[in-house]
Amino acid sequence: MIAVIDYGVGNLFSLCRSLEAIGQQPVVTGDPALLRQADKLFLPGVGAFADAADKLRQTGLDEVIRQEAAQGKPILGICLGMQLLFEESLEFGAWKGLGLIPGKVVPMEGVIPADYKIPHIGWNALHYPQGKVHPLLAGVPEGECVYFVHSFYATDCADAVIATTEYGAELTAAVAKGNVMGCQFHPEKSGDVGLSILKTFCEGSW
Amino acid sequence: MITKRIIPCLDVKDGRVVKGVNFAGLSDVSSPVELAEYYTKSGADELVFYDITASAEGRSLFTDILRQTASRVFIPLTVGGGINTLEDFDRVLKCGADKVSVNSGAIRNPDLIRQAALRYGSQCVVLSADVKRVDGQFRVYARGGRDDTGMEAIAWIKRCVDLGAGEVVVNSIDTDGVKGGFDLEMLSAVCDAVKVPVIASGGAGKTEDFVELFHTLPGVDAGLAASVFHFGEIQIPQLKQDLRAQGILVR
Repeated sequence: MIAVIDYGVGNLFSLCRSLEAIGQQPVVTGDPALLRQADKLFLPGVGAFADAADKLRQTGLDEVIRQEAAQGKPILGICLGMQLLFEESLEFGAWKGLGLIPGKVVPMEGVIPADYKIPHIGWNALHYPQGKVHPLLAGVPEGECVYFVHSFYATDCADAVIATTEYGAELTAAVAKGNVMGCQFHPEKSGDVGLSILKTFCEGSW
Repeated sequence: MITKRIIPCLDVKDGRVVKGVNFAGLSDVSSPVELAEYYTKSGADELVFYDITASAEGRSLFTDILRQTASRVFIPLTVGGGINTLEDFDRVLKCGADKVSVNSGAIRNPDLIRQAALRYGSQCVVLSADVKRVDGQFRVYARGGRDDTGMEAIAWIKRCVDLGAGEVVVNSIDTDGVKGGFDLEMLSAVCDAVKVPVIASGGAGKTEDFVELFHTLPGVDAGLAASVFHFGEIQIPQLKQDLRAQGILVR
C-alpha cells in the first residue's frame, strides 16, 4: 500500500490522481498506524516551511516519519516535502526539518542573478552530477524538463544530490540518501516524465 | 535554463468548449477533457480553462470537467472566469486546478489577491488583465473587456503583484483577434514594471509571432493563445520545433 501523508498542507488531488494513473491506489492519511503499514510514503507539501514543519510536529508525524525512515521504508518528498527532509531551512527565519538528509534549505535570492525571477516557475531541464543516473531517475534522459515552482532550494547536500537544474545557479532538483528521496519539482505536474518517476519510485525496491 | 511556455486557452461554457475546434482525430471536438489530452500530447506546457458560464448549473458542470481533466492530464492547469471570492478559489483548487486567475473579481475587490496569496501562496494566484489603449494610456478593462475601469494598467498590475499575484497574464484588447502579432509595446511596459512571470496573450496569428515575442522581450515567460491552436493554424509540435531552431529554449 502506498500512502500519501496528510498533515493538512497543500492540495493532494493531483498527486493522488497521478498515482492512480500509474496503477496505484494511494491512501491519503495522517493516521500513524496506516502510515506504519504502508509500503511506501509520499511526503507532499506546498507553502511555508515553518507552517509545514510545525504541523508535522503538532501531529507527531515527524517522529513517525523518522522511525519509518530508520526502518528502511522508502519515502519520497515532493517540493516542500523534499525540503522538509533536510536538517534546517532558512526560509524567513531558521527552522528545523526532519533531519533525514544532511543539508539545509536557503533562499535563491542573492544566489541567482538579480534579473532572474523568483519564484523559479516553469519547465526546466534535469542534469545528473557526473552523468550518474540514480535508479529513481532511470529512464529519464538527462536534459528532460520537469515542472518547478519554488523560491528556496537545498544546499550543502552534495552527497545526496542526484539531479540539478540550471537557473542562474546550479539548483538541487532531486536528492536521495538510501531509502529517503525527494524531488524539488512536481512529478505529478511534469507530464509523462513525472509519471515515470512516480512509477519507478512506487514499483522499485529501495 | 528555464524554457518558454506555450499555453493553449480553452473557453468552457456549460461544460463544453466554445468556438468549435477543428481537429482530425478527436471524437468530440467540444469536450474539454479530450482537447486537454490532445494538447498535452502535443507538447503544451500548461493549460488554461476559462469558465464563461453564468449559471450555477454551468458552474457545477465546469468543476466536473475540471476534475475529469485533472485526473487525466498531468501538466499545470490554470482556471479563470467567475473567480470573485476565496470560496471560488477553494472550489476550483479542490477539483485539481494548480493556479487560479482573477480579473474582474480583483478589480471589484483587490484584497482578494492578498487573501488568496496568504491562504494558497502567490504561486497559485494569477492576475489576468485585459488592457486597451485609451487616449495614449494603457487602460484596464473589466467584464471580459466590456467596461473601461479608468485605471492605468501598469500601475494596476504593479499593485496586484505587490498584493501577492505570482504571475500576470497580459491580454491586449488592441491586438486580440487581429492575428498580427503580440502587443510588444504593452508587454514591454509590463515586463519593466514587475518581477513575476509575464504571460503574453492576444494577437498570435503565426509561428513568427511567438519567435518575435520571445526574441524581442526576453522577460516574457509564456505565450498564450486560443483560436490559432484550436483551428490548427499553429500546431504546437511544429511551433516548438521552429522556436528551437530560432534558438529559443522550449521543452
